[in-house]
Amino acid sequence: MSDIGMTAPQSRLDMVAPPRPPSAFSNALVFGWRAILKFKHVPEQLFDLVMTPIMFTLLFTFVFGGALAGSPSAYLQFFLPGILVQTVVFNAVYSGMGLSTDLGKGLFDRFRSLPIWSLAPFAGLMVGDVLRHVIAGAIILTIGLILGYRPEGGVFGIIAAFALLIAIGFGMGWIFIVLGLLIRSPTTVMTAGFTFLFPLVFASNIMVQPDTMPGWLRVFVDVNPVSLMTSAIRGLMAGNASPSDVLLALAAPAALTVLLAPVTLWLYRRSDR
Amino acid sequence: MNDATRMSDLPPVGERTALAIAARGLVKCFGAVRAVDGIDLDVPRGMIFAILGPNGAGKTTLMRMLATLSAPDQGSASVMGHDLVRSPHQVRASIAMTGQFASLDEDLTGRENLLLLARLWGFRGRGAKARADDLLATFDLTEAAQKQVKAYSGGMRRRLDIAASLIVTPGVLFLDEPTTGLDPNARQDVWRMIRALAGSGVTILLTTQYLDEADQLAARIAVIDKGKKIAEGTSRELKAATGSGFLHVALVDPQRLDEAQGLLKKHLGAEVQRSPEGTQLSVMTGSAQAANQAISALIAQGIELADFSMGSPSLEEVFFALTGGSGRLARKKENGQ
Repeated sequence: MSDIGMTAPQSRLDMVAPPRPPSAFSNALVFGWRAILKFKHVPEQLFDLVMTPIMFTLLFTFVFGGALAGSPSAYLQFFLPGILVQTVVFNAVYSGMGLSTDLGKGLFDRFRSLPIWSLAPFAGLMVGDVLRHVIAGAIILTIGLILGYRPEGGVFGIIAAFALLIAIGFGMGWIFIVLGLLIRSPTTVMTAGFTFLFPLVFASNIMVQPDTMPGWLRVFVDVNPVSLMTSAIRGLMAGNASPSDVLLALAAPAALTVLLAPVTLWLYRRSDR
Repeated sequence: MNDATRMSDLPPVGERTALAIAARGLVKCFGAVRAVDGIDLDVPRGMIFAILGPNGAGKTTLMRMLATLSAPDQGSASVMGHDLVRSPHQVRASIAMTGQFASLDEDLTGRENLLLLARLWGFRGRGAKARADDLLATFDLTEAAQKQVKAYSGGMRRRLDIAASLIVTPGVLFLDEPTTGLDPNARQDVWRMIRALAGSGVTILLTTQYLDEADQLAARIAVIDKGKKIAEGTSRELKAATGSGFLHVALVDPQRLDEAQGLLKKHLGAEVQRSPEGTQLSVMTGSAQAANQAISALIAQGIELADFSMGSPSLEEVFFALTGGSGRLARKKENGQ
């Protein structure tokens, strides 16, 4: 072809045949590995994830705690399970942002042109989400324990609560994956996400019991999925959750998964940009 | 229809198995816009084939369809013998695509990017590492292997991006504007790589808006404008199709350019192009004799010539002639996009 050869050994451009095709599961694991690498290279993302909840925990406990519950320590006992729910719900926004960033850069074009299981990139995204939820939750819980929070449900209560938190994060995650697929700018995904989440998180029983709220608002707070999730997490960590509490908390995540997983697939397959 | 289009007569059906890409009547619409409007394409195996056209001509859309990233609204195509719509998975197993925008994970290192893809292809453990290191060495990226891609220069990114397409040697490598935004040195590097790859048997379909790139690299060129293929052939065929040659004229007094343009048009019966600087006129001419008469006419009007020459047309002039002056290709390489 040309008289100018490669600077590096030409032999390296020799034909390389594909190895045996990997399974869908191993494809998903590779994407999970990518999520873990992201923690290594962008540790500041964890900072973003936990700073707000830490500030909330400290401010609410020490500034409002006495007024709201009689003493800061009594309030922390009430508030900490709620802040875990808030953390996980807000975290879900970041996975949508990450997806939107990837799509904008053409990275997903490369993934889509590979002969792999087409949902593997999303499975990997989920692995990253679960890790984020567990790490952020563990940091908040540790700070709570240092401040004097005592989960009466013990270790099992905490494990059960974290399992439920992961399910909640998984369910909520679909909303933002869909937003990430629809909206090309990551900051718009964030703004849209938080605009939607703020009323949901604040008009709930995370910070206060709804007893003193006006009647119309109490009606909303009582059926707000975030309230149901918070009640269940509270119950699990206190060791007094009923199965119906947990089922109610799972209703929204389950419904979101059933509704939005097919939407995600459809959007991904038809994403001609 | 013009001469250049007629040159690309479709091969008999029996020969199509030797084709890396065979597309018939591909159409892709975005709303009311027909981005690709009925394109046929035959690319023999092992060839460097260029799709040349201005921005928005439909080059990227065409390539995305052939790479299974976008489903055609009409038409059919096979890539390495696999039907695009019926067996996309087999198509994906035999192609690789390097998009216009680096399809790399910026947060990861160069080596991790290659490892990720090697593992997705099914290389395991030591095999994946060996393949990644091999490619890093080939593309002169060993020193930068442990750096995050966001710290890479444009040229390094493009090299890594191409390396990422070669984890497994593809039957067809799609390169969407492989040198857009690169400095001249990096551009030469990429050209060398493309030639070396073609030398090892990979079919390469590249899009470009640079005429010299198509001229330098490609054995065949398809010219695309507004979603349609307006010509196809070798660089020489395309040039020949627009006439025997071009007459270039430069005037002593630039004030009389309009007048000269009118005279040339009248005598040679073809559209006259003005150089971007506005100092030279170029016009297609059927014969040297006609050119001679046109020049005599200029002199008879007292228009003094600073310089004139006859030459075979550049691809740019070819494009101008083919599009009837509607299309404009990038004249200069923009750096640092």
